[in-house]
Order: sequence, then structure tokens, then C-alpha cells
Amino acid sequence: MKMLINGPDTVVADALRGLADAHPELAVDTEKRVVVRRDAPVAGKVGLVSGGGTGHEPLHSGFVGHGMLDAACPGEVFTSPVPDQMAAATAAVSAGAGVVHIVKNYTGDVLNFKMAAELVEDDGVEVEQVLVDDDVAVTDSLYTAGRRGTGATLFVEKITGALAQEGAPLAQVAAVGRKVNESSRTFGVALTAVTTPAKGSPTFDLPSDELELGIGIHGEPGRERRKMMTAREIAEFSLDAILDDLPPGGPVLALVNGMGGTPLLELYLFNAEVHRILGERGVQVARTLVGNYVTSLDMAGASITLCRADDELVRLWDAPVNTPALRWGM
Amino acid sequence: MDPVLDAAFFLRWLAAATEVMDREGDRLTELDSAIGDADHGINMRRGFNAASDAVAKEPPDTPGGVLVGVGRQLISKVGGASGPLYGTALRRAGKSLGDADHVTPEQLRDALLTAVDAVSELGGAAPGDKTMLDAMVPSVQAYGAALDSGAGLTQALAAAAAAADEGAAATIPLQARKGRASYLGERSIGHQDPGATSIALLIDAFARTAKGDADE
Repeated sequence: MKMLINGPDTVVADALRGLADAHPELAVDTEKRVVVRRDAPVAGKVGLVSGGGTGHEPLHSGFVGHGMLDAACPGEVFTSPVPDQMAAATAAVSAGAGVVHIVKNYTGDVLNFKMAAELVEDDGVEVEQVLVDDDVAVTDSLYTAGRRGTGATLFVEKITGALAQEGAPLAQVAAVGRKVNESSRTFGVALTAVTTPAKGSPTFDLPSDELELGIGIHGEPGRERRKMMTAREIAEFSLDAILDDLPPGGPVLALVNGMGGTPLLELYLFNAEVHRILGERGVQVARTLVGNYVTSLDMAGASITLCRADDELVRLWDAPVNTPALRWGM
Repeated sequence: MDPVLDAAFFLRWLAAATEVMDREGDRLTELDSAIGDADHGINMRRGFNAASDAVAKEPPDTPGGVLVGVGRQLISKVGGASGPLYGTALRRAGKSLGDADHVTPEQLRDALLTAVDAVSELGGAAPGDKTMLDAMVPSVQAYGAALDSGAGLTQALAAAAAAADEGAAATIPLQARKGRASYLGERSIGHQDPGATSIALLIDAFARTAKGDADE
């Protein structure tokens, strides 16, 4: 598989240098592997740190900036970062008001963030963890590592970021993050397998006339494989899974997210099906975001995330944000 | 003649473990691509090479020191789930050995039990969940049973390695209940667990280190 890289071993470091070149407003430490708002720590503000394996760009480094994350720790491709990175990021953004760790529910991420929290708490930094586990494709939570954190991570990071920017205290910022997670559900499909730089070939075999339903964002196969379906059928299948599980309530925020290898034209087409079906089922969409935000390298496919949002969540969603990947209101 | 379990023995184990991760890393990654995310061999190779480099700079002079040093490097360098799990297992095993300059085969058994406890506690898995524990638990049992029946270190470690290997192979028909493979549900059946496989490789490195010493 051809890739625009210098070699598989230096992909993350090389990409971080490019991120730094493009975004002088971010302090990028390629040694410690942390990406921090240059104005951090912001006096009196709760710090927000997230992180995870790379390969999901713009998540998380592309969401560092005013009104969203204070720092991100990029790990190796699809591999959780290590506690040292998370501790360094936490220290860099700690202004004395406490720090929220936004953690996607994967065994590795959870363990490493837990060890990092212990490290910084020894230094007197108060940490609250917000766990994101929105993926309805993982059904049997008792007999698995639990639901995966996927698309809702963007909602959690944006909304907690907005509240922290307003100066809310630690407990309140963490509480809104948990509320967003509990109000969100995601379902994803893959049309192609993913190729990691280290492996150089697709991580699973997917025939050209089949798709994987219920995939995660790490190239792991889904729960079910079927013959290729139309966008309309995929949207129906995905929304059935989501709406079966989504708590009842009012309007939703909708994220129609590309996995990295699907053109925006197809994502907008997919979004039209999503809106049509939600309209038929009486679900009002308050805001929609379409694009590649929580990706899986070169995988073709998409995920849908819905978040039940009251007026307060919509207000925080609309609040000004200025990051490499999300920018509005300022 | 059974070797003495001193710092030098554990350093020879580390060299053997690093070599086997270099050699078998691609196979581990291949196993991981079937039911995980295709990076286990890459991560283990990176971690053990980092541990070897760090230990070479400042070689610890006790068995506990070597294991704690390796564990810390794995926690700092590996990431994913395997970094904290392998790292904490080795670090706690090393701590349990204290600062003695050599340890007995029975103390090694206690250290291995400490490692099993660390992995169970941190990962929340039980035997049969298709994880590294499915190689660790039978392996430590076989080692203890061999010692109890009067076997020496070399023989007991050989029994441990054989049991770990069987335990890893026995994960093939299991459905994963922990870690990333659990997301596959029934589709995880029919594949050998990469974590159990790397445990078997590490214990085999112990057995080969002892045997190599004994043969000399």
C-alpha cells in the first residue's frame, strides 16, 4: 500500500512536526508527545486533556484550542499514549482549578489514564475522568470490555470545552461531559479495511462487494458482515441500532462522520438519508456536523452519532471555538 | 546444575526475551490483526528493546531491580493495554523480590503469583476470558507443582513454559470477554490470543535461559 510517509517508525513524530508548522498557536512537544494550547494554563480555568492512539485525526490534537481541549497526548498509531505523556499534558494545563481527563473506553486508554491520574494526584492536581462509551455496536457489555468510545468524543470535548472556557468549576465540567456521553449513541460501518503504516497491508480482508457493520475506529472488524448496501439501507440499519438505545428526549445534535477514506460528497449524501429518516421518525435535529472528524486512517465508511441535547447543551455546542479542526463564533 | 537466580540470570532472561520479541513480533502482530488492532508485536518489540537499552545503561544488581526496571520501561514506552499490564506485572513481581542479591525458585513462584494478581486486578479478567491470564495461570500452577514434586529450577521452568504454550493454544476456541477482541463477540472464536502467546514466549525465554545455563 502506498503511503505519504518517510518510514513507518517516524510517522507520529513527523506528523507532529507538521502540525506545529501549521499551527503556531499550539505548543507541540515532539519529544514528550504532547500538544498544548500556547496560552495554557489559562488562569482559573479547569484544564481539559484528552488523548489516544493516533490515526483518528483530527481527533484529538486537532481539537486543542480556545473553547475545546487544553492539551492532547497522541500515542502511537491506534495505541494508547503512555502515562508519562498524560502526566506531562496534565501538568502543562493545570491552573489550580483541576483537570478533566476525557478518555475513550478502551482497555489501554483507561489503564494508562488511570496510572497518569495517580501520578499527578501525587503532585496535588485534582483530576476527574470522563469516560466516553457511546458505540451501540458493542451490545453485550457484560461480556466485553464495554462499549467503545467513538464519535461522541467530539461532542464531549466541544461541550466540556465550552463550559470550562466560561469558568465553570471542575465538578460541573465533568458532570456535563458525563451527561453528553450518556445522551449520545454511535454506530459505524466500514466499506474497506484500514491499513496501518506499521503493517503496510489491510488489517482484515473485506471483499469488494461486502461491508462491515458495527466497526470501531481501530481497524478491528465489526460484529457482522453483509453484502454491500445502499446509503439509504446503511442509514436505516445504523439509525435503528442508535434509536433503539438512545434515551428518549427532545432534539439531537447529529454528527455524520467519515472514517477517513470516504469523500465528502458521499458523506453529504449519507447525511440526507439520516435527516430524512430522523424526520420520518419525528426526531428533530438541532445541529448537524458533517465531515471527517473521528477517523480510522484510510478506512472508507462512516459513523452516525446522535446526542440528545437540551437548550443548555445546544448553547454550549454553539459557543465560540477556535481549534485546527473546529472553528466558529470567533 | 540449576543456575542461581541472581541479577545476571534475569539480565540474560531480558536479552532472550528481547531477542524473541524481535524474532516473533511479526507473528504476534499477525495474531492481533485477526482479533485486535494489529500492533501487539510492534509494541512488545518497542518495549523490550527500550527496557534492554535502559538496563544496559545502568544494570541493576538485584533480580528485583531488573524486573522493576523492565516493568517501568514497559509502562513508559509501550502504551496500549499491554504496557500497563505487562509493566505492572513485572514491576510488582520485582518489588515482591525485595533487594536480595539472589532469590530461591520458591520466591520466584511467589513473584509470578504476584504478577498474576496484578494482571487480574488491573485488567479485571478471569481465566477463560481469552487473555494473557490463560497462559499465565496454568504456567504458574505448573511451575509450583513441579517444585512441590521435587523438581529443580530448570525442570520447573520447562514445565511452566510447556503449560503456558498449551494455555495459549487453548485460547483458540474461546470467545473473548476482555480487551479489544471482545468487540468481535463470537467472531473472536477460532483465533489464538496474542497476549497469551506473548506470555508463553516470555516464560519460554525463562526456561531457555535456565536450560542454557544448566547445559554449560
